[in-house]
Amino acid sequence: MIWAAIVVSAAGCYLLKLTGLSVPDRVLDVPYVRRLTDLIPVALLSALVAVQAFSTGQHLTVDARLAGLALAAVALMAKAPFLVVVIAAAATAALIRLVV
Amino acid sequence: MSVPRLTLERRQLVVDSLGVGVATGASGFSFGAIAVASGLTVWQACVLSLLVFSGASQFALVGVVAAGGAPLSGAATAILLGTRNTLYGFKLASLLHLGGVRRLAAAQLVIDESTAMALKPKDPRDAPLGFFTTGLSVFVLWNLATFVGGLAGNAIGDTATYGLDAAVPAAFLALVWPRLDSSRKQVTGAVAAGLALALVPNTRPGLPVIAAAGVAALAALRVGRRDRPSPTDDESTQVSGETGR
Repeated sequence: MIWAAIVVSAAGCYLLKLTGLSVPDRVLDVPYVRRLTDLIPVALLSALVAVQAFSTGQHLTVDARLAGLALAAVALMAKAPFLVVVIAAAATAALIRLVV
Repeated sequence: MSVPRLTLERRQLVVDSLGVGVATGASGFSFGAIAVASGLTVWQACVLSLLVFSGASQFALVGVVAAGGAPLSGAATAILLGTRNTLYGFKLASLLHLGGVRRLAAAQLVIDESTAMALKPKDPRDAPLGFFTTGLSVFVLWNLATFVGGLAGNAIGDTATYGLDAAVPAAFLALVWPRLDSSRKQVTGAVAAGLALALVPNTRPGLPVIAAAGVAALAALRVGRRDRPSPTDDESTQVSGETGR
C-alpha cells in the first residue's frame, strides 16, 4: 500500500508541476483558484502540525511533543534554518522523556 | 558597460542559488530520518525524494502514514499540497521558454525554492540561471541527504526516545511559518488546525488533514469580500460618529 501511495503521489505531483509549465497562463488564472492555491498549503500544513503534535491514532494527547513544538516556534522566531528547528524540537522532546 | 555588471549579478545569483540549495538540500536528512522512523524503508524514502521531490508533499505522505492513516489518504494530502507547484509553473513558463524534453525534465525541478530564485533577478533573462542552479543543487543534495538520513534513522532504533516524533510537527511548523504572512492566512491556519483536531477522535487517521482543505476553499471565497465593521459592535462607536456627543 505504501508503494501504491508513493507511485500515486509521484505521478500526481509531477503532473501538477508539468501542467503549470505547459498550460497557457490564462486557463487557470482565475482569482479564486489563485487564492485557493495560496491557502491550501497553509490549511493542510497547519492541520498537519496540530494532528502530528496533539494526537496518537484517534486519541487527542498532550506529551513531550508539545515542548518540542514550542521550542521549534522559538527557533523559527529567531529565524533558525529548517534543520536546526527540526533537531531542536527532537532534542527537546528527547530530553524531557529522559528526565520525566 | 552593462556586461561586467551583468556578470557580477549573475555570479551573485549563482552564489545565492547554491546557498539555498545547500540549506534546503540538507533538510533532506531530516526527511530521510523521519520517513524511516515512520515505517518506510530507506528505498521508499529515496524514491519519494527522487520522484515526488517536493518537501511538504513528502513530509505529508510520511506524516499521515506515521499517524496510522491509509497510505492513499497520505497521497491525497501530498497531491493537494502539490497544487501550488502548478501556480509556480504558470509564472515560470514565460520566463524559462522550455519545450519538449527539456520542459519534461525541468518540470520536476519546479518547487518553492527554484521558483523564488527564478523570480528574484531583475533581468528576466537571468531567470533560467536562478531556476536551474537552485533546482539542480537542491535536487542533488536533497536526494543524497535523504539517503544518509534514512540510514541514520535506521541506526537510531527506538525513535520516540530520540524525539523524532516531535520532529515531524516541527517540520510542518517550519514549512508553514513563512506562509503565515497575512491575518487571513493565520486565521485559515488556526481554523484548519482546530477542525483537524476536532475530527481526530471521530474519523480515520489522515482524513482530518484532508478535511482542512475545505477551510482553504471557504477562506479563498471570503477573500474577495470587503470586511465591514459590524453595526452591533460596541467597539465601533468611534467609527459611527458618536464621538462628537
